[in-house]
Amino acid sequence: MTTDLLILMKQELVVTFIIFILLFIKIGKGIKNETLLPLIQLLLLTNFVIGFFFNKEGILFGGMYNTTALMVFQKNILSLATYLISLLCVGWLKKSDHLAEFFLLMLSALLGMFFMISAGNLLMFYLSLELATIPIAAIANFDLEKRRSSEAAMKMILSSAFSSGILLFGISLLYGATGTIDFVALPALLNGSPLQLFAFIFLFAAFAFKLSIVPFHLYTADVYEGAPIAVTSFLSVVSKGAIAFIFITALYKVFRPMEEVWYNMLVILSVATMLVGNLFALRQQQFKRFLAFSSIAQVGFILVGISSGAPEGLSAVVYFVLIYVFSNLAAFGVAELISNQTGKETIDDYKGMYATNPFLSWVLAIALFSLAGIPPTAGFFGKLFLITAGASKASYWFIIIAALNMMISLFYYLKVVRAVFMDKSEQPIEKINIPASAKLALLLCGAGIVLLGILSWVYDYIVSLVK
Amino acid sequence: MMQPGLYHILIISAALFFIGVFGFFTRRNLITMLMSIELILNSVNLNFIAFNKYVWPHKMDGLFFSLFVIAIAAAEAAVAIAIIINLYRSHQSIDVEDAGEMKY
Repeated sequence: MTTDLLILMKQELVVTFIIFILLFIKIGKGIKNETLLPLIQLLLLTNFVIGFFFNKEGILFGGMYNTTALMVFQKNILSLATYLISLLCVGWLKKSDHLAEFFLLMLSALLGMFFMISAGNLLMFYLSLELATIPIAAIANFDLEKRRSSEAAMKMILSSAFSSGILLFGISLLYGATGTIDFVALPALLNGSPLQLFAFIFLFAAFAFKLSIVPFHLYTADVYEGAPIAVTSFLSVVSKGAIAFIFITALYKVFRPMEEVWYNMLVILSVATMLVGNLFALRQQQFKRFLAFSSIAQVGFILVGISSGAPEGLSAVVYFVLIYVFSNLAAFGVAELISNQTGKETIDDYKGMYATNPFLSWVLAIALFSLAGIPPTAGFFGKLFLITAGASKASYWFIIIAALNMMISLFYYLKVVRAVFMDKSEQPIEKINIPASAKLALLLCGAGIVLLGILSWVYDYIVSLVK
Repeated sequence: MMQPGLYHILIISAALFFIGVFGFFTRRNLITMLMSIELILNSVNLNFIAFNKYVWPHKMDGLFFSLFVIAIAAAEAAVAIAIIINLYRSHQSIDVEDAGEMKY
């Protein structure tokens, strides 16, 4: 039992261990940022590497916690993204007065996401969801003296508290209707009675809030714009990925008897999400806000994959999130370097950047091509598998709308690429000196974007995990 | 004398929930919005306990859930109030309309 506990909960325990190390560092004599930051990066790398060893499947605590090879892989994606963020944002992190607290809160959120992915019970799911969102609201406020940062944190905490209130109301009605909160016991008790449908709609709305699906997306862009870029990238990559994974588990395993209901909901919401995300991204001038709306549109594409309801949908979403980690982090990393050293954040400022910063321009271009889904990059294959999975229900007009949305998104991603490579500007961004670790992370992201599309065994591996 | 039954409690809790939602959407003071969220969470607690007592008396899930909800609500309120205090420092106000630099 004890060894089982140690091995099955290995990833959570490692993260907890790192949190405690940071806590003791914080309590003890302060360490300078220059020495603390490499230490944290090393710890996060260990966390990522340990995820590949001693993997075992099993159930703990009477079904509250369960782990499978696929969940381990999903958690590895999240650890990788966290490690990349710690490499990319060195410039901003070094200047911070509270480096240890920043990672304390960020890793608490990561721990929450790990438990959320492994949850086998609505109580466990709710607790871990709160652990995953409350610390993020706190770190969104990390630029304490900036007005926009506190505004972003306020919007984040209020909307997440409201959405968890909705989630809880849904759970309470579901408990009243079925008498259980266990994921394994629930599906047999779901019979589609009006009370259960009502509860399900509440749960679905809460998920939509957390994933920023369209009618519930209003806080997303503001939070992304106001929060420090390290937090924004964490929020848009790690948090979105984790919630997409648990959303699939909830729909495919728990609410399988209601498949007809959620298929129709997903189709409508997905079309709305893609359209609104794309159309609003068209008119953005601020680069972070632009990426926020583009990430809303990407969530719309993830919903296309989820709507398939088959194992192909699950594997396509996991693969897409893996690619999305690399592409989005590369784009955010470039934005972070530029805004940290020059304070420039609008797309107009990026004009003529190729003349002074060819490396950053190429990384940005590859990342945006991948987000848009242009063939040599992995993003194309990610979208291809999502849309193929979505087509399995044979509602072709839905797939046509998704494909049209890919074309709209191509337009605005290429607009940025044009500004970087073709437009001339009197005051282009001066030469940016890239810290070694950020350069390493950008190269890793670039390699990931290019290679993931070519190496077919990655996708085969994910498919083998899903089965 | 009439004993209160499940439906009475459910009506109260549904009313509490929607009063909370209404308050959250109409009030402009951040502390009042936080209070509205507390109303929502308390309606959930009421729901859980009522279901536990009247519908599933031999189970304990609902009671445990409501205990955890109370604890998490406290944690959430603590973080939210810290954020509101910081917002007050930079904006000199806790009205949401004043914190509207980022739009559309």
